[in-house]
Amino acid sequence: MTNYKNAKHQLKGEIKNIFCRDEYCRITIEAPAMCQVAEPGQFVMVRASEEKSNDPLFRRPFSIHQVADGLLTIIFKIVGRGTRNLAKMKAAELLDVIGPLGKGFHVANVQRHYLVGGGMGIAPLHFLAESIRKQHPESEIIALLGARTAKELDAFAHLNSLGYLQVATSTDDGTAGHHGLVIDLLEQSVAARGSGAVYCCGPGPMMKAIALFCQDKKMPCQVSLETVMACGVGACLGCAVSGADVIGDGYLHVCKDGPVFEAAKIWL
Amino acid sequence: MVVRRPDLTVAIGDWQLANPIMTASGTFGYGAEFADFVNLNRLGAIVVKGVSVKPRIGNPPPRIVETACGMLNAIGLENPGIEKFLTDKMPQLKKYTCGIVVNILGDSLEEYCTLAERLNETDIAAIEVNISCPNVKKGGVAFGTDAKMVYDVTRCVRERSDKPIIMKLSPNVTDIAAMAAAAEEGGASAVSLINTLLGMAIDIRTRRPKLANKVGGLSGPAIKPIALRMVWQVAQRVKVPVIGIGGISTVEDVVEFLLAGATAIQIGTANLVNPKAAEELVDGLENYLLENKIASAKELINGLIT
Repeated sequence: MTNYKNAKHQLKGEIKNIFCRDEYCRITIEAPAMCQVAEPGQFVMVRASEEKSNDPLFRRPFSIHQVADGLLTIIFKIVGRGTRNLAKMKAAELLDVIGPLGKGFHVANVQRHYLVGGGMGIAPLHFLAESIRKQHPESEIIALLGARTAKELDAFAHLNSLGYLQVATSTDDGTAGHHGLVIDLLEQSVAARGSGAVYCCGPGPMMKAIALFCQDKKMPCQVSLETVMACGVGACLGCAVSGADVIGDGYLHVCKDGPVFEAAKIWL
Repeated sequence: MVVRRPDLTVAIGDWQLANPIMTASGTFGYGAEFADFVNLNRLGAIVVKGVSVKPRIGNPPPRIVETACGMLNAIGLENPGIEKFLTDKMPQLKKYTCGIVVNILGDSLEEYCTLAERLNETDIAAIEVNISCPNVKKGGVAFGTDAKMVYDVTRCVRERSDKPIIMKLSPNVTDIAAMAAAAEEGGASAVSLINTLLGMAIDIRTRRPKLANKVGGLSGPAIKPIALRMVWQVAQRVKVPVIGIGGISTVEDVVEFLLAGATAIQIGTANLVNPKAAEELVDGLENYLLENKIASAKELINGLIT
């Protein structure tokens, strides 16, 4: 029997809304079955080729940005042919989606949560913030968002209007927020407020730095990894990553063991 | 009017398949990964990810690259080993009524023989012998590119098992029909082809290979014409059934392979793109036969007119 909680679905979700500005896009589809079982940090695999075309061949993995009322939202940056095809889609068209896939964030039972995102790695943090809010309404939820430019941050401007979420931002070029790295924000926040659970998604070097900082401060840290994937369901074994214990247990696979891992399991 | 449903069954020796659609090893995990998407009982057979005597951790990442209408992979035969496979994966597989084919691989002749003997005690439908993986140094393709070795492996596996033996052939040879003939001579029940074609991709920014293994196996729609040609050549040469593999993703592809002489086919890379692919092709083949008033899938086999 299918375990309902972990059920995966393949469906053609009607696009309710698609919005692109500069190279950043947000697509919302109707996917009630997926929304019912999705957890923050999980992802979906989206067919990015035109109907009947084999090029590009692979589906594209995107973390789930938000689920609400049976609607599922992804946010992505146009970086190649697949995302360019997706950006051209129109409302009422159908998006071929598989999900929810992988293991998401484990919401820690603590009073303070630091959600740290870098660039498009900010995408899964909205869904995470809402889940934390639901499970621990009294806890403090702090989002620290780093991006290269103000334009990139703009794709996530709606996070500022979540009343319960305290947001601080940084940019590499100083066009918005703190001129510097997002880890600076984390260091400042922890110094000012105290420790908490850290949830992190962004470029590898950024996550490594944050994982090391958390190890030093003895704070729990989860990281969400991104790799090239073919199947997304644990069959092809193409998305292997080196675990810290790679010699003993072999490789971890981002699509089924992750994408969210305890940082210690990967790098420390 | 009663519409008679076409007969989809095919036979590989004494082994009767409900239909000619199988899943290719390495693209369908151990079946369970796809159970949420596919009615596994609808498939002709599931061929599981290759198993070896000892567990293998596989190649370092990156392991896959997307290419034009295809993919390169160098997974390196990561698998839990035969004993763990039998205790952890086999009970799940037994729940399904479709045939279970276990793909085996070894670093030595003796390992192939040992695996065949061990699997002979189980109630699987058939053994597929991988002598064609291009992604590991020892074993795999080393056994599949020399007719004498193809014969030796086939012979040994045949002697140690009563199950139908399918020899999976490599396209990375000058004359694949000669390898098929050697397998037939060694006592193979069937041959399956093609495994992946050796390929490469380079990142021009870093000037490094895109795969950690440097080279890998090319699969997907890009290789279909080569696979079809090889299936046709092999089908002319041997009397044992041929199982066609290589870039099959549409009903037209399935029909082409049957016409070229394949008795059954395996769906590979298409499973990764569309988890429902294999089941959709079973339905698609049935509809094709119905629409074209063909009573049996067997009528298509070897139906090529030249």
